[in-house]
Amino acid sequence: MDQALQRQDGKTLTAGTAPPGASFLRLEGIRKDFGAFTALRDIRLEVPQGEFVCFLGPSGCGKTTLLRIIAGLEAQTAGSIYQRGRDISVLPPAQRDYGIVFQSYALFPNLSVFDNVAYGLVNRRAAGKTIEDRVADLLKLVGLPDSATKYPAQLSGGQQQRIALARALATSPGLLLLDEPLSALDAIVRVHLRQEIRSLQQRLGVTTIMVTHDQEEALSMADRIVVMNQGVIDQVGTPLEIYREPATPFVADFVGKVNMLSATIEGPGRVRVGTRSFSGASANGSAGRSVRAYLRPEDIVARPISEGDSNVVESKIEKIEFLGSYCLVRVTADGLENQPLTVYLSLNFLSEQNLAEGSALRLRILTERMRIFDA
Amino acid sequence: MSAVLNPGVRVRQKIHWTDRTGHLVLGLIALALVLFLAGPLAAILAQSVEDARGHFVGLDNFFAYFATPALLDSLWNSIWVALLVTVLVVPAAFTFAYALARSCMPLKGIFRTLALTPLLAPSLLSAISFIYWFGNQGVLKTLMLSLGIESIYGAPGIVLSQLFAVFPHALIILVTALSLADARLYEAADALGTSHARKFFTITLPGAKYGIASAAMVSFTLVITDFGIPKVIGGNFNVLATDVFKLVIGQQDFQKGAVVALMLLAPALLTFIVDRFVQRKQTSMLTARAVPYATKPSRAFDLAMTAYCAIVLLLMGAVFGMALFASFVKFWPYDLSFSLRHYVFGIVDGEVNTAFVNSLKLAFLTSLGGTAIVFVGAYLMEKTRGADWLRPAVQLLALIPMAVPGLVLGLGYIFFFNAPQNPLNFMYHSMAVLVACTIIHFYTTGHLTAMTALKSLDGEFESVSASLKVPFWKTFWRVTLPICTPALIDISRYFFINAMTTISAVVFLYSPDTRLVSITILNLDEAGEIGAAAAMAVLIAATSLAVCILYLGIGWLVERRTQAWRTK
Repeated sequence: MDQALQRQDGKTLTAGTAPPGASFLRLEGIRKDFGAFTALRDIRLEVPQGEFVCFLGPSGCGKTTLLRIIAGLEAQTAGSIYQRGRDISVLPPAQRDYGIVFQSYALFPNLSVFDNVAYGLVNRRAAGKTIEDRVADLLKLVGLPDSATKYPAQLSGGQQQRIALARALATSPGLLLLDEPLSALDAIVRVHLRQEIRSLQQRLGVTTIMVTHDQEEALSMADRIVVMNQGVIDQVGTPLEIYREPATPFVADFVGKVNMLSATIEGPGRVRVGTRSFSGASANGSAGRSVRAYLRPEDIVARPISEGDSNVVESKIEKIEFLGSYCLVRVTADGLENQPLTVYLSLNFLSEQNLAEGSALRLRILTERMRIFDA
Repeated sequence: MSAVLNPGVRVRQKIHWTDRTGHLVLGLIALALVLFLAGPLAAILAQSVEDARGHFVGLDNFFAYFATPALLDSLWNSIWVALLVTVLVVPAAFTFAYALARSCMPLKGIFRTLALTPLLAPSLLSAISFIYWFGNQGVLKTLMLSLGIESIYGAPGIVLSQLFAVFPHALIILVTALSLADARLYEAADALGTSHARKFFTITLPGAKYGIASAAMVSFTLVITDFGIPKVIGGNFNVLATDVFKLVIGQQDFQKGAVVALMLLAPALLTFIVDRFVQRKQTSMLTARAVPYATKPSRAFDLAMTAYCAIVLLLMGAVFGMALFASFVKFWPYDLSFSLRHYVFGIVDGEVNTAFVNSLKLAFLTSLGGTAIVFVGAYLMEKTRGADWLRPAVQLLALIPMAVPGLVLGLGYIFFFNAPQNPLNFMYHSMAVLVACTIIHFYTTGHLTAMTALKSLDGEFESVSASLKVPFWKTFWRVTLPICTPALIDISRYFFINAMTTISAVVFLYSPDTRLVSITILNLDEAGEIGAAAAMAVLIAATSLAVCILYLGIGWLVERRTQAWRTK
């Protein structure tokens, strides 16, 4: 786990290297009410210098509101924000230090690309030549060196996005805020820009917070992901932690595909699903307790299975959904009592084994990957 | 940490000084609206519950009003005339709008422009023209008599004149309503083999119902609050609008005048509320996914529509052409030779030369000041943050003028600015008060135009500017203003034309030094110089036309300079 991991229970899991207060950005007890509706409650978060953090969650979870509070575009109802140790909680946007890129890019349509990128520089009374050089550098940085004289409407969506990024970076802000910057682009451009933004961020070392509802985006770009749900932080962790060790049922459900099974604890490490008993799960608690076991499709494997392996189930294929090189296969397993399982099987495996709907299939459940939550 | 420890304390963001400046300006605009709108309206309300010596008398004035049969007659007259005009003009305008929006009629642009030209002249121009057609020495008087109408002076004249005056207003609303059509509905209907008539009654009419309601409301209000037409062609047929004038100017009975003014305010206020409601519905009907409707040619239908529009324009031409013609003849109806006599008389003897300069001055100042105040106000409302307690108040004050008939506003100005204890008393009878009154009178349309233009801009421009530490007025100057210049030109032209042609509000407020050409028409008409009155009405229309052309030119130039980015 990371050194400064916050949980919704408010406990700070601080371990080792980074002394407290060394974080670049610190949120303490942020709360936001819109009338009677509480959009955010008790948000605590620390972001170290240079980190790329994604706020991930379904729409309405409060992630954009939180970003806007960090930017000062909304005022939090309660709570404090520190950037580089400076209390910025009540400062207006103009007195904070950040650059921002919006989903709509918000490029000034009547100004050329040059004027857009130079917009914040001109105000700082920089000399003309300095501005020109800076803009040229930035345009090179985002890969559009020849676009200075064009107007935004003459650029594609992806190009406009890069210009918006260049404009936000022009004044060398300490913090870069990205509000769903890729969601208005088509799929191919999006995947491409994902990596470009990430490598740009790593090159510049600028601390970055990106809001997204796209889990793939978050998993592929972020150093750490903050998963939000209904106004609270459910989990903060590296992409792998979020995927492998979801802290709550919501996180398990929201990030990636998952099988949810009703189960009962039988003893240390043992859970029963239906009439089947499985061993090797990280399950504690008193025997007889009802729980929910979450299992990723890839944690149910068809090979290798040797004779004598435990946690093996016999099943029948109900439905095969073709997704390309992989298929999503729904099976009913003996003894699980109407709790079908979804597994990933490669196309090659299916054709090698000559499997079709109705075929029998032996599966092994990687119980150590099972996440157990209270029912 | 304190906020966390003290959950009761709300975090308040510090306000940047640039934002404070914005709040200050918005506050000043609010103050101006209070002084020049809320103040006068409150003065009318106060006046209506006082006696002549300023003592509070409760609703006595209202009881006295309802006990006066002559005044009740006027109320009834106003209502039935307004209803009749509405019932006639809405279908007529709807058909014209339908031709413009849903047929493949040729020369649509020209048809539309010509149909809107009556807006360039004061509404009473049509009344003057009908006097020439059907008056005592009218060309078609015998035809009228044979139809059983004894005299054009009175209800027949008012109804006919209002039809022409109100037509373009209804047309604008209905064209907008009919242009907002979703082609997908028609395609679905076609796929189900629906007949033309059924499509009209199940898709077109329901789709335009809010527009029709809105057009009906606006027509009714325009007729009931119009002053010029009943004054010129009403004869002994009394209506509310002429009553106010007679009570206040003739009998100096301010209290009863205030009561009648409130009667005028009632339908206008009701219309306004219903209209706001309707507008909200109308806009929510069209989703972003709607496909614009494309008209398909159909020979018979297009021909019929062209014929109808041509007839309407012909009638319009007959009405306004008559005024134009009459203004240039020597001595109607005996000597029809060309003469500038009426113009010379109006300008020299009627001292219209100073009035004309005054009118231009008023129009210029109104369009300049009005555009600036309206746009800055709308910008601060829409694009800046903070001062949340002020915003609903400004929004309400900006919308009220649409609900206040000009006569009522003008009367309120007398009560408010003529009060000796008012420190602003010095403004009374000045050009400044005329300008203020005219800006307020036409504030709402300008405000809504500006709001629409501003709402179409990305809401994050100001956020981006703040993050780049650029004060909002720099963004206003470099981005918002250049993008919005077409809207600015529209607003400014609207103020100019209306200031040129308005009568109702300013009729109470002018002084010998600030006489306006639109008001001299009334005076000339009263003096029996109807030829000169026609000439002056034509003069105003010609000036408006010239100004429109000028604005077209400016618009074209500005577009080339500031809108280059729109072309790909």
